[in-house]
Amino acid sequence: MRKRQPKTYTRLTHPLVRDSRDEPFRRASWEEALDRAARGLQGNRGVFGMFSCARATNEMNYVAQKFARVVMGTNNVDSCNRTCHAPSVAGLSAAFGSGGGTSSYEEIEHTDVIVMWGSNARFAHPIFFQHVLKGIRNGARMYAVDPRRTSTAEWAESWLGLNVGTDIPMAHAIGREIIHAGLANEAFIERATTGFEEYRALVEPWTLSLAEKVTGVPARAIRELAHAYARAERAQLCWTLGITEHHNGTDNVRALINLSLLTGQVGRYGAGLQPLRGQNNVQGGGDMGAIPNRLPGFQDILDADTRLKFESAWDTVIEPHYGLNLTEMFEAMEEGSLRAVYCVGENPAQSEADSEQAVRRLRQLDFLLVQDIFLTKTAELADVVLPATAGWAETEGTTTNSERRVQRVRRAVTPPGEAREDVDIICELAARLGHDWKYADSEAVWNELRSVSPDHYGMTYERLEEHQGIQWPCPSTEELEPTYLHGRLWEKDPARRGMPAPFGIVRHDPPVDLTDEEYPIRLTTGRRLDSYNTGVQSGGYASPLRRGEYVELSPEDAEHYGVVVGEEVRVSSRRGAVTAPVWVDPALRPGLAFMTMHFPDEVDTNQLTIEANCPIAGTAEFKASAIRIEKLPVATIVR
Amino acid sequence: MTVTPLGIPRRLLEFTLDGQEVRVPEGSTVLDACRAAGKDVPTLCQGDTLRPKNACRVCVVEVEGSRTLVPACSRTAEPGMVVRTDTERARHSRKVVLELLASSVDLSTTPRVAGWIKEYEAKPDRFGPEAARLGEEPRVDNDLYVRDYDKCILCYKCVDACGDQWQNTFAISVAGRGFDARIAVEQDAPLTDSACVYCGNCVEVCPTGALSFKSEFDMRAAGTWDETKQTETTTVCAYCGVGCNLTLHVQDNEIVKVTSPHDNPVTHGNLCIKGRFGYQHVQNRD
Repeated sequence: MRKRQPKTYTRLTHPLVRDSRDEPFRRASWEEALDRAARGLQGNRGVFGMFSCARATNEMNYVAQKFARVVMGTNNVDSCNRTCHAPSVAGLSAAFGSGGGTSSYEEIEHTDVIVMWGSNARFAHPIFFQHVLKGIRNGARMYAVDPRRTSTAEWAESWLGLNVGTDIPMAHAIGREIIHAGLANEAFIERATTGFEEYRALVEPWTLSLAEKVTGVPARAIRELAHAYARAERAQLCWTLGITEHHNGTDNVRALINLSLLTGQVGRYGAGLQPLRGQNNVQGGGDMGAIPNRLPGFQDILDADTRLKFESAWDTVIEPHYGLNLTEMFEAMEEGSLRAVYCVGENPAQSEADSEQAVRRLRQLDFLLVQDIFLTKTAELADVVLPATAGWAETEGTTTNSERRVQRVRRAVTPPGEAREDVDIICELAARLGHDWKYADSEAVWNELRSVSPDHYGMTYERLEEHQGIQWPCPSTEELEPTYLHGRLWEKDPARRGMPAPFGIVRHDPPVDLTDEEYPIRLTTGRRLDSYNTGVQSGGYASPLRRGEYVELSPEDAEHYGVVVGEEVRVSSRRGAVTAPVWVDPALRPGLAFMTMHFPDEVDTNQLTIEANCPIAGTAEFKASAIRIEKLPVATIVR
Repeated sequence: MTVTPLGIPRRLLEFTLDGQEVRVPEGSTVLDACRAAGKDVPTLCQGDTLRPKNACRVCVVEVEGSRTLVPACSRTAEPGMVVRTDTERARHSRKVVLELLASSVDLSTTPRVAGWIKEYEAKPDRFGPEAARLGEEPRVDNDLYVRDYDKCILCYKCVDACGDQWQNTFAISVAGRGFDARIAVEQDAPLTDSACVYCGNCVEVCPTGALSFKSEFDMRAAGTWDETKQTETTTVCAYCGVGCNLTLHVQDNEIVKVTSPHDNPVTHGNLCIKGRFGYQHVQNRD
């Protein structure tokens, strides 16, 4: 087998600048680079966008959003949460007022039914899946809902291999079956939810037999899952990008949340909703306010009292409206209403859907400032590139994981060359733009955050160390809260119960990129075990499992097209075409193909994906493109 | 509602350990009690994240009323028990176990064993050079970790970590019986042809260095491995959102090994291939 090693990146060790985009970069001093960066940003106050980094620390994200809001006067701050779990945050906060997963890892070891929906956690979140396996060993029954028969599904009681983009019909059919079987938790619905009658009417048409037609899953299997979930004493519903990376990702999330409301499987130990986050600090980035609609501590910008609190803390005026999210910022670049971008640790030139379009838009900017540990494809487009430290091994700070646990990251190695910490660099720029922020260290940043975010107030560095991380909310420096959220929904006293959770009235809307005679194959994307995102980071080590990028086909389709493993084929969508070798995977059903985005320098999968975005969360439909497979005139077999 | 997790309430029970009354929570093992009382009972096959296997027998102690010596690692403490850790019989048994192991296995990278051999006056050489069992070359068939079965004491910890106790990959098992028993992947093939997913959770629990990271193996071969020059810093993994805690072992500003704290609530000492081995990108410095 041919060993295909991805491009390896070496660390940036000094600032790079250039006078125009046609020139090559030249090495510059920090003074010169920072002066140029400050000049580039100065004239663009208000037409500015900040791409913060879901890989960096909470402290960095806090300072980055403060830079956007205070120095640049805009709420246009976002990160790659937009390309993955923004719909989960949007859906959960619409239902419960808070955008975090409701359970903890340990609880899944003590639950009775586990539903893994659109999630190949065995590959994408292996250590979370160890907790799932403990649960299974303790007697829990696991159901896998996924178009592919993944290695997660191999552990399931039952695999529901639905058609891509039919999650809402499946969820509604489960909901209808639960209602008709008399298994809905009426007391919980009555007390803790609103909109049930509307929901009942919404799901009524979704009979098991109709769902079978639309989803391709036998009615019997759907019924079994519905009964298992509703009858369980405790059930956990987990999902990943199979739910969120659709043009209606937030609706998908709402449809799943509905099932927990219908059965009362939320707000108790072992019963809850668990979106599995994809970056080390994508939860924390949002919590820190590095999103366009929330201030630190997930506090709503539209709330005047909240704004006032931050305005007096920061001595500034905060725009009283939401900023643009990452997707909208890219659209604004096209229109010319966003002229300058400060991109920290993100690689949108390769991670955005329809990557050619993303590159074209980045080129149109007046000024692009990139701060990264590598000269990524995005950095290659910049005017100024600043070398940063690696958040997880070269800086002090904290990150927040999928179970809302804030944990300390620590400096273990000295950064190379002249690389500097993100927070220092942002503060240097702020100083050049008239804001003299002084933070002695990361703990000083953290303590400022604690003073404005009640959910984080109780988490001193000392306590984080003592407890090996603390989950939010943590309002008290003395006590710890339960491991699950929304226990309030079970309170008898309506005042303590608080806002009831509304059912989401969401309708089925099939994928935008329809399959037809010309593009007959449904392409879905995902991760492999040993690689990660655009591969800039995971390409650095020699994984024996890595075999490079392939287009994976079902055995039936491979036979139909007369192609064999290793044969290069042309893969085209309505947006672009790439050449990739074939892999045959019996976990795929006929008509379904699979690729990853781990090796964009050899096969740029995102040239195929469609930029059809969720109107609420702005996440693109990475999971559903229509493609065509063509044999090359002369067969090239790569082995 | 405010809850401070206390765990399941457990009663304390009392028993006699080397003539002294000790109190331990019910469910504790004799070994837990020994460690709490500051007694150094040697262990090899015992793992703090694994169920006791009773394979190596170096932790045996004498329990009044028991015909045979009992392994401290697996025996649950009971009220009224009278346990002695340092009797002639227990010491003699440990000595012989150490002699048998050290004569047939290369224990040169087993932490603390040299001290125990001295303490128990074990003489592994008395069986002569013929006692060496395998005499194999280390197996270097991939870039991430090395299997040196000359150092294997057949404690089964790797099998349990790869199997149903943690990883559930079942890539490794015991092949053969009796004197021919050995750890192997299916068909004793190279690792790259096995079910291995390179999580390194077997390396994490190996007590003798039979399984070691390639980085450590190469540095030992070159004579540059020096634990006195290493720092250990616990941080959080840079990949997915699960938030696994990593302990980075750093020598001369290079990450040379990655482990995870065994008492961490997220990992319990386990990692995946990315967390365990995916650090190289930070030190691609030129």
